Amino acid sequence: MSNPNQVTKPGFWGWLNRRLPVDAFIKGSMTEYFAPKNFNFWYFFGSLALLVLVMQLVSGIFLAMFYKPGETTAFDSVEFIMREVNYGWLIRYLHSTGASAFFLVVYLHMYRALLYGSYKAPRELLWLFGMIIYLALMAEGFMGYVLPWGNMSYWAAQVIINLFSTIPVIGAGLVEWIRGDYGVADATLNRFFSLHVVAIPLILLLLVALHLLALHETGSNNPDGIEVKTKKGPDGPPLDAIPFHPYYTVKDIMGVFFFLTLFCVVVFFVPTMGKLFLEPANFEPADALSTPSPIAPSWYFTPYYAILRAVPNQRIGALLLLIAVLSFFFLPWLDRSPVRSIRYRGWIFKSFLTVFTISFLALMWLGLQEVSTLYVWLARIFAIGYFSFFWLMPWYSRWDPVKPVPERVTYHA
Amino acid sequence: MSEAGSQTVDSPVDDSRRKFLTVATSATAAVGVIFAATPFIESWAPSERAKALGAPITVPLAKLEPGQMLTYVWRKKPIFIIRRTETMVTQLPAHDGELKDPKSSDSDQPAYTKNEQRSRRPDLMVMIGTCTHLGCLPKPHFDAGDPTPSLGPTWPGGFLCPCHGSRFDLAGRVFKGSPASVNLVIPPYSFPDDNTLLVGEDGTKQGAA
Repeated sequence: MSNPNQVTKPGFWGWLNRRLPVDAFIKGSMTEYFAPKNFNFWYFFGSLALLVLVMQLVSGIFLAMFYKPGETTAFDSVEFIMREVNYGWLIRYLHSTGASAFFLVVYLHMYRALLYGSYKAPRELLWLFGMIIYLALMAEGFMGYVLPWGNMSYWAAQVIINLFSTIPVIGAGLVEWIRGDYGVADATLNRFFSLHVVAIPLILLLLVALHLLALHETGSNNPDGIEVKTKKGPDGPPLDAIPFHPYYTVKDIMGVFFFLTLFCVVVFFVPTMGKLFLEPANFEPADALSTPSPIAPSWYFTPYYAILRAVPNQRIGALLLLIAVLSFFFLPWLDRSPVRSIRYRGWIFKSFLTVFTISFLALMWLGLQEVSTLYVWLARIFAIGYFSFFWLMPWYSRWDPVKPVPERVTYHA
Repeated sequence: MSEAGSQTVDSPVDDSRRKFLTVATSATAAVGVIFAATPFIESWAPSERAKALGAPITVPLAKLEPGQMLTYVWRKKPIFIIRRTETMVTQLPAHDGELKDPKSSDSDQPAYTKNEQRSRRPDLMVMIGTCTHLGCLPKPHFDAGDPTPSLGPTWPGGFLCPCHGSRFDLAGRVFKGSPASVNLVIPPYSFPDDNTLLVGEDGTKQGAA
């Protein structure tokens, strides 16, 4: 506000800026916020995640206008939306496809961080905020899945809430408290509705603000994993960086076009994605006396579900599931490599990352299959691959024969 | 840290007093937060209506033939009521070696059902039909040697959970190799008379059974 440029500015714009730092904000976060000039397509997914968040908020607000929580009304109101509300089917498919798109985009966004070491110092907090967003998103996705009160909704709630019963001593009481009844019931559905449409979206928005605030403090990492801030030109801005606006706003808009094209193809032609996004069992109302068979969670949870199923002890299974999710949080401190980007890492890190990638995808596929002895053993093998990426990292990242990192970013115009 | 103020120049700040007051105020506020949070946390516990609807249920047994199973709902949970045949009962100890907890020492049941048959009456098995793994509904596969791939020719008859493949015998005891760790839970129950089952009440006050 004490910026002399703004004080002298005449007219309405000046009047406004003396009362609200509009100019300063646009400069600080857009036109004079400098981002490395060597971003590739992996850098689309942050802005796409923000786009999907907004799409989910808008379609969700409209769905909440027609949806009626409650064990006798929920299922019928979803059918009402699908059949009677004008364009209700479109709004619901936007929302259900948006949920899967959200996880796809976030997984790719996270994978980008693995590739280029974006979680490493000084971006640990940025990574942690992102991981808490991921956790909040999992809670949001799970509760949203329960709301249609189909049979898969009901049994997903049953299974997931029962995970808490594995906690020693307080487990049984905690589960009853979460459900608000002796089983998954009306009370459970109503509190999930409240959390899904009010509490978690608010938390998500706050976390996204913190994520962006932390990003703008440290600046973006880049495919070379070099700090661009340290090499400044004579006129001030870093030599290897360009203003976010117009350069990256234009680039991100191109990503948005690609994304929306694919997204619309799914919404209009394959909204159920062959049982993957919307499962047939969920087109039957919730039934406490009939477990759907086979039972599988949404595709974005199946890697963890496969790990849970692979363990012949419920407490250890639930514990491993928890560790599998939380392992990501520790990455900034597990990685002891002197370089960030995969471009300058050695064959050891590349091998472990390959094993992790294959394990994650294999577990995802296994979690969607029916249990069999072979698949349980495969899940155990891939679970070892999954965990070894994280928990052997303190050693292999140090032994990794890294390549010399260049002074300036590599860039092909 | 604003300016010291013109009126307090001659009386310096008493740091220990200030620290004590800060800590005391914070501690009082923390207690207040706990009190203020209590109603919100308590609101999630089962409501009075949910508790009332969770009252004991009466099940008539006259029409339940040997080898048949009834499913009733008590407290939102399916209650499996099985009239076991004599062979079913006598076969129970035969597969003790394949079970995780054959004596039910780590499992959840009323004291009066912690016996060989896990029941008050050998012929009548009463248990909660939710898998102790993660709460799915195990499906009855009563015939020995059921052709289902995961059961096979040695199968003595019992239940298979469709979610994660846990297997239980006709006393709800879990087989080794199942993701579930403990036997199916047995609710409190009693028999007001020979042909009536009361689920949800021990009947210990009346000294029944």
